[in-house]
Amino acid sequence: MSKEKNKLAGLQKRKAISGYLFISPFIIGFLVFMVKPLFESCYMSFCEVNLAAGKVTKTITGLQNYKNAFRVDPEFNRLLWEEISRMMVYSLAIIVFSFFVALVLNQKFHGRALARAVFFLPVILSSGVIVGLESNNQLMANLAQTIEQTTQGISVTDALESVLRTAGVGVRAYEKVFEVINNIYDVALASGIQIIIFLSGLQTISSSMYEAADIEGCTKWESLWKITFPMISSLFLVNWIYTVVDFCMRTDNKVIEKIQKVMIDQQQYGNASAMSWIYFLLVVAFVGVTSYFISKRVYYYD
Amino acid sequence: MTNVENHAEYDKLGFWERNKLSGGYLFKKVVGQRAVSIIRFILLFGMCFMIIQPILNKISVSFMTETDLYNPIVIAIPEHFTTANYRLSAELINYRESIFNSILISLTIGAIQIAMCTIVGYGFARFEFPFKKFWFACVILVILIPPQTIASSLHLHFRFFDVLGLFKLITGETLNLRGSKVPYYLMSMGCMGLKNGLYIYMIRQYFRNIPGDLEEAAYVDGCGTFKTFVRIMLPQAKPIITSCFLFAFVWQWTDGFYSRMFLGNTKLVSTGLSRIVDSLGAYIQRINGVKTTISVAYSNCILATGTLMIVAPLIILYLFAQRAFVESISSTGIKM
Repeated sequence: MSKEKNKLAGLQKRKAISGYLFISPFIIGFLVFMVKPLFESCYMSFCEVNLAAGKVTKTITGLQNYKNAFRVDPEFNRLLWEEISRMMVYSLAIIVFSFFVALVLNQKFHGRALARAVFFLPVILSSGVIVGLESNNQLMANLAQTIEQTTQGISVTDALESVLRTAGVGVRAYEKVFEVINNIYDVALASGIQIIIFLSGLQTISSSMYEAADIEGCTKWESLWKITFPMISSLFLVNWIYTVVDFCMRTDNKVIEKIQKVMIDQQQYGNASAMSWIYFLLVVAFVGVTSYFISKRVYYYD
Repeated sequence: MTNVENHAEYDKLGFWERNKLSGGYLFKKVVGQRAVSIIRFILLFGMCFMIIQPILNKISVSFMTETDLYNPIVIAIPEHFTTANYRLSAELINYRESIFNSILISLTIGAIQIAMCTIVGYGFARFEFPFKKFWFACVILVILIPPQTIASSLHLHFRFFDVLGLFKLITGETLNLRGSKVPYYLMSMGCMGLKNGLYIYMIRQYFRNIPGDLEEAAYVDGCGTFKTFVRIMLPQAKPIITSCFLFAFVWQWTDGFYSRMFLGNTKLVSTGLSRIVDSLGAYIQRINGVKTTISVAYSNCILATGTLMIVAPLIILYLFAQRAFVESISSTGIKM
């Protein structure tokens, strides 16, 4: 009896050892290239870093770098606030847009394969350096301006906006909504992966549920909210986290640009570390709080 | 009523008679379906056009001469057709050299990253070991931490690189690995490259869904863990590995951050593209001999051409491997 138990423990141990062997590349990489630099950059954010004559000298200055970032630097506060508020609005818009597109693409119609191919194209086109270049395309901006001028600002969104404004309902909220609608191209470009994830979720819902609901006299609208929505609610969490993280790592992010500028052009490593820690902590707090609220609403079927 | 009893007779009836039999339900249903499909077509057409339009615009602009750019009559089809833009931007990016470099780097980096991530993902999916939850939380952390946070210290880390003080002991100096490719390969081996946490997550998810019978049979027959992994599990995971590799390739191809940080001395298409406007300025200055400002329109035209030339290989790849890109992600069944 005791021998058998020993043997089992041996097998478990062997399994555990090979498990560790399998993930050892990650552990080594994590410790060397993530934990150590992370601690170092945390330490550096409290230091004055001098790079002279091939030597790094760090002198502890306490919270000086953080004070610099918030009080001295002329644009950091503004950029940070702008980026975070932009992130909230756009992440919401991306989630709504990709959910809607996934719903449409999940239906059966002619040319579905083509439409899917087009919608996933942004996964390639909106990655890396291309995003940053796309956003400051002057030629397109000029074209848009000319169109606006020649049509005297007659566009559907403008008309709607003016109607709503004269009606006097919550102006600021509408401004945000219209800003997003006017930039729907950016939203579409950023939502390739999210659409794929939602689609994969939609395909796992068994059709018998919809049939049962249909027979019971449920309309399509009701079954959307009562079946589809709860069944893929866990994917909202995944997509939300992915979207927020993706947004704060994009190359056209103003805060990131600022940090890069401070670090590489001005060689102020301490300041740059402090700024990136502020940004990182804010983003983590944001992701943590929002995903806590979303995960409370998530419904798990099995 | 009738449609069950004599089906053949029912089929002969005209649309309106059938509609009458169903009490107007059929007509309503058909109209509803048509309306939905028309609205859907308009919506999808609009959105697809919105995504594709910039590419079409870039294609038409890239064939224009400078005078066409200012001509208000010319919108889509160039009046003076030219391929000079392509030649110029190829020269500015060093197209031949940098595309070769990019292919080499993206292939090797992608292969290393995916090989490592597959091993790690398999370890997470199939083995029970102490602190597994903790290490997996670390994977999630890697996904969450923006690489920019640790950029500054990595910068210094590789500037004064040393393994436990060994190099300093031997040569008296630390290694300067700035600008060499070695650090990035090392990081890829440690699964710390571009979006590697995401690949680990996806591959783990896929392995978890494969039933374990075959694996157990292999163990019973005396196959070791690593051999089981290579012989039994890898062939089953081909789709996810292909699609992760494609993503790694594409994202590495267009990546600016890691390329600028570690591969600054190597001419790559991504870094070349991000500098193309500056190099255009330098080029024109060299020709004219005096400092001249380039018009916004012309620099954008060259930028559009350069972007097209860089994206073209990716689009061709996407057209051929579209299924691999999309389908296998759906098959991972991502859940939290």
